[in-house]
Amino acid sequence: MPARDVWTRWRRALLLAAALALWAAAGWAHKPSDSYLSLTVADATASGRWDIALRDLDLALALDADGDGLITWGELRARHGEIAAYAGARLAITADGEPCTLEIGAQQVDDHTDGTYTVLPLRVTCPRPPVVLGLAYTLFAELDPQHRGLLQLGTPAGTRAAILGPLAPLQRFELGHGGAWEQFAAYLRDGVWHIWIGFDHILFLLSLLLPAVGLWAARRWRPVERFASAFWDVLRIVTSFTVAHSVTLSLATLGFVSLPSRLVESAIAASVVVAALNNVWPLFLGRRWLMAFAFGLVHGFGFASVLAELGLPQGTLALALVGFNVGVELGQLAIVLVFLPLAWAVRRSWFYRRAVLLGGSLAIAALAAVWLAERVFEVKLLPW
Amino acid sequence: MFRRPQFLLCLCLPTLVAAAPYTPTDDTQVLERVPARSSDPRARELHALRQQLRQDPQNLALAVRLAQRYYDEVAAQGDPRYIGQAQAALQPWLGLSDPPPPVRLLRAILLQFDHRFDEALADLDAVLRAAPDHVEAGAWRTAILMVRADYEGARASCRQLAPFTTPLSAAACAAQVDAATGRAATAAASLRAALRDHPQASAPERLWSLTRLAEIEERRGDAAAAEAAFREAQALGLPDVYLQAAHADFLLDQGRAAEVLVLLQGRGRADVLLLRLALAAKATGDAGAAAHAAELRARFDAARQRGDTSHRKEESRFALAIEGDVPRALALARENWVEQREAADARILLEAALAARDADAAAPVLRWLEATGFESTVLRALAARVRELR
Repeated sequence: MPARDVWTRWRRALLLAAALALWAAAGWAHKPSDSYLSLTVADATASGRWDIALRDLDLALALDADGDGLITWGELRARHGEIAAYAGARLAITADGEPCTLEIGAQQVDDHTDGTYTVLPLRVTCPRPPVVLGLAYTLFAELDPQHRGLLQLGTPAGTRAAILGPLAPLQRFELGHGGAWEQFAAYLRDGVWHIWIGFDHILFLLSLLLPAVGLWAARRWRPVERFASAFWDVLRIVTSFTVAHSVTLSLATLGFVSLPSRLVESAIAASVVVAALNNVWPLFLGRRWLMAFAFGLVHGFGFASVLAELGLPQGTLALALVGFNVGVELGQLAIVLVFLPLAWAVRRSWFYRRAVLLGGSLAIAALAAVWLAERVFEVKLLPW
Repeated sequence: MFRRPQFLLCLCLPTLVAAAPYTPTDDTQVLERVPARSSDPRARELHALRQQLRQDPQNLALAVRLAQRYYDEVAAQGDPRYIGQAQAALQPWLGLSDPPPPVRLLRAILLQFDHRFDEALADLDAVLRAAPDHVEAGAWRTAILMVRADYEGARASCRQLAPFTTPLSAAACAAQVDAATGRAATAAASLRAALRDHPQASAPERLWSLTRLAEIEERRGDAAAAEAAFREAQALGLPDVYLQAAHADFLLDQGRAAEVLVLLQGRGRADVLLLRLALAAKATGDAGAAAHAAELRARFDAARQRGDTSHRKEESRFALAIEGDVPRALALARENWVEQREAADARILLEAALAARDADAAAPVLRWLEATGFESTVLRALAARVRELR
């Protein structure tokens, strides 16, 4: 019982330390860890500077090489390359969803209220003049969750301020000039991207689609003979899933319904387990579209929380919602378009009916079962 | 003749906000001071724990030990960066609805640093439900109830703690509640007796009890007794931000600002101490006054920029005593009183209301003084002046 053991030892130590902590509740003024990021956008480029406290960098990179408590210019200068690589890997900038490149120039130093900072000159090059500028900021997120990046963003329409940090690691800034179409397109790209990286959604869909080209019945493999019937089966499932998750995505985004995310995420994992096991021990083979609909309602809530994390524009909420939703559907369609011809082509092979349909489904069910355990019990079991 | 002002300007520049970036010319130039891993045993211990946890981030015992050490540093240095680092160490467990008890206690402490007192109390109650003899959880619970002026709750909490803690801690716990509810004289006497009867108590425990005693004596208006308690606490030689701040406030009230400059020399990294330095420098006409004020202003600006509102009491004091911005000071003091109701919170609201000649603004404090019988010569005198405004 390691937990119990820890608790007992901890308690013993406590009796000594007892009451001395009593006063900290009085609270003090704070000057926690901040970085100062200023960026000015002009067409497809942006320039600016990023001031990061040496004390914070010391924690991450041990700048004080000799441990004498003094960070000298010599010690700092020797680590400029490492600092640029470290910081550069923790700030991702996108223009309408497409990555921009970040160049960090020769570093200087500057004094802020709580000490000396290294100053990184920034030069950002984007593939297009951004309508929506995205900033993903994860500096020191794992070392100090209270760290914030204080952003000053210069745009043609004026200067804006924002607080970057673990509470909202991904933020989007509409730079004004873009028309409705560009904004729509930006959310559409996000929608596509999020279905592609949302493995639980993809595995759910694939689990339902696998039997569309053939199935085991009475211990015999029966490949589907007509492409049209496989096609309609897929279409029915995809449409049900789409309609269902669009309904709940809209309801949640517009604020009509809200569910605790632990429940939603757990139910999504459970849906993958059920859909995958259904391929091994069929329960509702011909009615998979019903399953797609029922569980699709749950997946919609999952999409809604992703959309909420992206940040919803005031005033053009409907545009963002439709754009994101259409993006999700297009991303899903792309997956189906790759899947169906491939599955059709190999449906009679041993590989498909054994390795993919049975082996693959069992593997998916096992993985999703681990997700389910992680989400229900709030533990971390997988390394990723 | 033109040289001199420029020279002076150069002297204060480094403490001002973001001047222009520069490139140092000398490799040996010292840019920043950090805890010295090679010579400071505290820094070495922290560094070693951090390294171990990096190898084994799921190790609960290690994470708890490191977080506890970070909290010690917050108390010793007033540097809130350690709070975030403690949070990072505990991250794997913080989001759980029912984390292991040691994490739950540390989460409560994190929450109260953020002034989220309700959530902090919920965590502490959960820890105490599982282990009613949990001294530290009980101690934190009492402290939060005191901050919220729930004296009956605090008294009950002290009573529950008493069987499980040392006689000195139990006496100090009861004394602080008694002193807030019209029994300051007996509270001071019993706490002094407990200190005398338990000379073998640990240094941190004596430090805490002596600081409480000094505050009670100060509020009773016995400056000599307060001074003696502060000196005895300082003589223990433990680094402690709260003691330094309380002692500095006492000296400022006694018109001994010059001593504050000596007491807090080089401790300006902690915002609460920088505020006292700025007040003392202004009172004595010290040359550093403008630089201290500018630095403090910049820190408040930075805190506001990051959306932090947990420093209203200090900012109100700053606005009133240094900036002379009465409306702002009053607004901050009123917002602060909603959250925190200790003597210092009452005082800044009374002072700001007086400066603004706005008796209504101070009404909640007057009601609180009436209802609790809180003893404080300074607060009673201020309250009398506020009543005269009407």
